[in-house]
Amino acid sequence: MPAIETFALEKTYTVGFWRKRPRCALRPLNLAVEEGEVFGYLGPNGAGKTTTLKLLMGLVYPTAGSAKILGLPVNDPKVKAQIGFLPEQPYFYDYLTARELLQYYAQLSGVDARDRSRRVAAVLERVGLSDVGGVQLRKFSKGMLQRVGIAQAILHDPKLVFLDEPMSGLDPIGRREVRDLMESLKHEGKTIFFSTHILSDAEALCDRVAILHKGELRSIGVIADLTSSVRGKVEVTWQGNVIPPGIRALNAECHQTGEMARAIVAEDQLDSAIDALRRANLKLVSVTPVRATLEDYFVEKLSPAEVAAR
Amino acid sequence: MNRVASIASNTFREAVRDRVLYNLIGFALLMVAASLLVGQISIGIERNVVINLGLTAVSLFGLVIAVFIGIGLVSKEIDKKTLYTILSRPVRRWEFILGKFGGLVATLVVNTFFMAIGIFAAVFYLARHFQHADAYLLVALYFIILQFVLITALALLFSAFSSPLLSAVFAFALFIIGTFAQDLRGFAALVHGVPGWIAIAAAYVVPNFAALNVISTVAHDQPVAGSLVLYNTLYALLYSAAAVAAAMLIFEHRNLK
Repeated sequence: MPAIETFALEKTYTVGFWRKRPRCALRPLNLAVEEGEVFGYLGPNGAGKTTTLKLLMGLVYPTAGSAKILGLPVNDPKVKAQIGFLPEQPYFYDYLTARELLQYYAQLSGVDARDRSRRVAAVLERVGLSDVGGVQLRKFSKGMLQRVGIAQAILHDPKLVFLDEPMSGLDPIGRREVRDLMESLKHEGKTIFFSTHILSDAEALCDRVAILHKGELRSIGVIADLTSSVRGKVEVTWQGNVIPPGIRALNAECHQTGEMARAIVAEDQLDSAIDALRRANLKLVSVTPVRATLEDYFVEKLSPAEVAAR
Repeated sequence: MNRVASIASNTFREAVRDRVLYNLIGFALLMVAASLLVGQISIGIERNVVINLGLTAVSLFGLVIAVFIGIGLVSKEIDKKTLYTILSRPVRRWEFILGKFGGLVATLVVNTFFMAIGIFAAVFYLARHFQHADAYLLVALYFIILQFVLITALALLFSAFSSPLLSAVFAFALFIIGTFAQDLRGFAALVHGVPGWIAIAAAYVVPNFAALNVISTVAHDQPVAGSLVLYNTLYALLYSAAAVAAAMLIFEHRNLK
């Protein structure tokens, strides 16, 4: 049984005050995430990632279609007891301490009263906030609030964790810590569904990813499979600190270092590049394939007009 | 019900830790103290002036607290996204509304208790002893609490579908109209035909805050009839229950964008 399933899930908002007009936030979405999977939900800002998460959390109602979590409708309280959710850029009650906030959430999640204090202490330790558990949240930095957000999402030991842009606003060390935490959750067998527009995070963590753009699912799959479909590139290196005109004519990305020069060209331009070097009497040193990244795939999936428009 | 109690207790804690609340309570107690000064220049009616001004201060400041905290109960939680982390747990939307309502009513009852101590202290200061008629103040204070329950329910209802500013305008407007509910009913009785029916409907739909105001009666040491206490209690509870139920219904279908 998939952990998350959506069936033509769709959301259209009505915008405007006098002249009401529809704005489609999510086109019919069919998606299945398996249990124990780390699933990356990728897309540029405004792609519909947060809308999807809000639909799955039952915060907004679908215009059409439906969704199931752990085989049950999303609003079923049995489902809610087994999921954790971190909203994007979370903000909590200023006047509560981290410990009080987590106690409150533990009560709402139905954590047994005898077990609450132990759970809260353990989760504070896990996110590295045990020293500041008694400090009011208004004194917390953005990064610390993000950690509190993660703590409240995993406090009740959920089977499934939804994280909306969990690395957003964090410094490199904070991002690394969140990444480590997500990896440890994965090792515990949790299913993680997280949205991000930071592709390196997705590449490092995800078993599978889905790419969303303008509310539409553009592709879904294992990262290696997706990137292998990207038109290949090769790096050509030669001796001599010159860029021959034949290479320039290919619009290749060229670099010169000391007595060597290199150019990155498309695979189908390799013969022309070698011919250009021969004509210029330059000695070829190496030809190395360049591995396509998720970013290359992502850019390819967005049409050139869309990329230029951004 | 545990979840409702948790939300109520957190709402209470939120209000109690808000400095604005202390400023308002402090200001209300200052008004009570000021009534002593005004009383001194009102020869023969010091007690009347102190009770009138004191209870009016409690009522007005409590009303301001009820409206300004009430209208933010839902909208603030949506703006700050704290609601997302609550409703993604096994908490039903109606439980959230009921908990918020309960928490604010509890806050207002506690506030009224402290402000009431101020009034009784002022009354005691005047006569150096308590008298039997002072007990009537308790009835007036009870009716003031019923007013707070009503206005909190209305503020919550408006905040379930409109912006905080509009909610405040609606709640204050209804309070003012409701204060003249008896006049509105008198006017409705004089009009005939369709306009008469509309006037009667309007007169009975607006909350009757006038019936809950016995400040002048108790200031003149007049007792309040037991039947009025019963009717007012039933009226305030039923009206508030209807407003809270409407808030729950609207909130249940709302998209939390």
